Amino acid sequence: MSKVYLALQDNDVSRYIVEAIEEDNPEVTVIHNPAMIRIEAEGHMVVKRETVEEKLGRDWEVPELHLNLITLGGNVDEDDDQLSLSWNS
Amino acid sequence: MAAKKLSLKDKYSLLTRDLDWEFSYQDRKEAFPFEEFEGIKITDWSKWEDPFRLTMDAYWKYQAEKEKKLYAIFDAFAQNNGQLNVSDPRYVNAIKLFLTGISPQEYQAHQGFAHIGRQYGGVGARVACQMQSLDELRHVQTQVHAMSHYNKFFDGFQNWSHMQDRVWYLSVPTSFFHDARSAGPFEFLVAIGFSFEYVLTNLLFVPFMSGAAYNGDMATVTFGFSAQSDEARHMTLGLEVIKFLLEQHEDNVPIVQKWIDKWFWRGTRLLSLVGMMMDYMLPNKVMSWQEAWEIYFEEAGGALFKDLARYGITMPKYAELVEKEKEHVSHQTWWTFYTHGHAAGFHTWIPTDEELDWLSEKYPNTFDKYYRPRWELARKLEAEGKRFYTKALPQLCTTCQIPMLFTEMDDPTQISYRDTVYKGERYHFCSDGCCDIFNDEPEKFVQSWLPVHQIFQGNCGGPGVEQVLGEYYKMNLGADNLDIKGSPDEKRWKQWKGVA
Repeated sequence: MSKVYLALQDNDVSRYIVEAIEEDNPEVTVIHNPAMIRIEAEGHMVVKRETVEEKLGRDWEVPELHLNLITLGGNVDEDDDQLSLSWNS
Repeated sequence: MAAKKLSLKDKYSLLTRDLDWEFSYQDRKEAFPFEEFEGIKITDWSKWEDPFRLTMDAYWKYQAEKEKKLYAIFDAFAQNNGQLNVSDPRYVNAIKLFLTGISPQEYQAHQGFAHIGRQYGGVGARVACQMQSLDELRHVQTQVHAMSHYNKFFDGFQNWSHMQDRVWYLSVPTSFFHDARSAGPFEFLVAIGFSFEYVLTNLLFVPFMSGAAYNGDMATVTFGFSAQSDEARHMTLGLEVIKFLLEQHEDNVPIVQKWIDKWFWRGTRLLSLVGMMMDYMLPNKVMSWQEAWEIYFEEAGGALFKDLARYGITMPKYAELVEKEKEHVSHQTWWTFYTHGHAAGFHTWIPTDEELDWLSEKYPNTFDKYYRPRWELARKLEAEGKRFYTKALPQLCTTCQIPMLFTEMDDPTQISYRDTVYKGERYHFCSDGCCDIFNDEPEKFVQSWLPVHQIFQGNCGGPGVEQVLGEYYKMNLGADNLDIKGSPDEKRWKQWKGVA
């Protein structure tokens, strides 16, 4: 299985998004580089609105992810409740 | 009672797909005249998927927010004299190359997407290209705004738009985009949307920008990451395009594969500039070019091509050669700029002792064997007061327009040359990859505007190199070019920092 990944700008909002991703995907690896945080996982990863809202303590829409997103790898599927990344092989 | 909020999927369908209309009295083929000539077969545009389901209203909302964040940082950077906080004045030369080499191509990408956004019969593709076109315009604008601050304090930023289609090394990225923009709409999308955006731009905008942060350049890292947040969407579009074309018709597979091969090769040649920026132009280093290549091409690109294998798509041609080149290209490219430093619009230098040691550590198979001895020779010559600048103009590859500087990979002391004859004229290339591209479309590439040929033909002023550089390129000679040692940039920096 190949790795999917997300890279986020290292800032106060991303910190909570990363916490949410770690909670929903216990197998992810988090790597800190200058000014950015890279989160990778084998095959699949999901960012759930509900968990991010809980961590942030406010409403959060999935497309808001774009404000802090630097790059990603994997097939994307997004709806009102989640954004997922996956490889089919 | 307030109206129920639409779901993302419903909104996308109403604000994108629902904008299309049936052609009742016009021929659809006449409305979209470029859709068929490349041989791509589309049977059902409604199968087009936009995974982000982004609609125009949400696009404006989030882009506006990105801009507000970005410009607040530009203001803070300027008001706090951020230019004094960069690691070393040498660093600024990397962003001179960025402004002159890369930002004008953002504008070409904007023009390209605006054009093809008109050419597709499917409304989903048209809307996605329209957004990408606006993104690319935003990128060139924010880059120019960010770097205009440096223009107040450093040489080499003043004539980027004039230089774009004149200067010998800037013709490399410029002709890359000219090639893509003069192709058909599907090739453009595979070239820029997929091969470039998905497979290669990460190498520029992710590790290099992280490096900008590490060198104290808050403005550049911020525009870089802000641009790259759009790229994440572009990458996803690029991948969807490929899947869509491959699912539409099996006849599309060999055409798409040919374009992937071509544009992957062209892209890796173009990125030799970025390799040099990472290994030689960032005084504080984040990772080597080789390491970046392994993460963002071999690992990320490998995953992608494994995923596409079910459509019959294979790794791009010459990927094995490129795997060897990652240990060589940055060194060969910086050496070329160092020895042509009188003709470059930025400063060049010999790496410091610590940097040479870092390169030895990062490139254990190649650096000490092939490249360190060159720098030791350069240093000896410099100490004798004979800093080396070559007197000759380089021979250029007809396809990528890069001087013949790359070597054979099984013999890194032998320059790689290829040639072919077309209609009685001989054409020269840096590699089999570039030669193949020419042979596939010779009638296109014989028209290449090759800067060195143009100089010799007398089309760039002259007769001397100095006149070409000063009058035709509009470089400020003695300020923009030559070694960083003794440059006005270096002198000013020392004054600001209060060192002799």
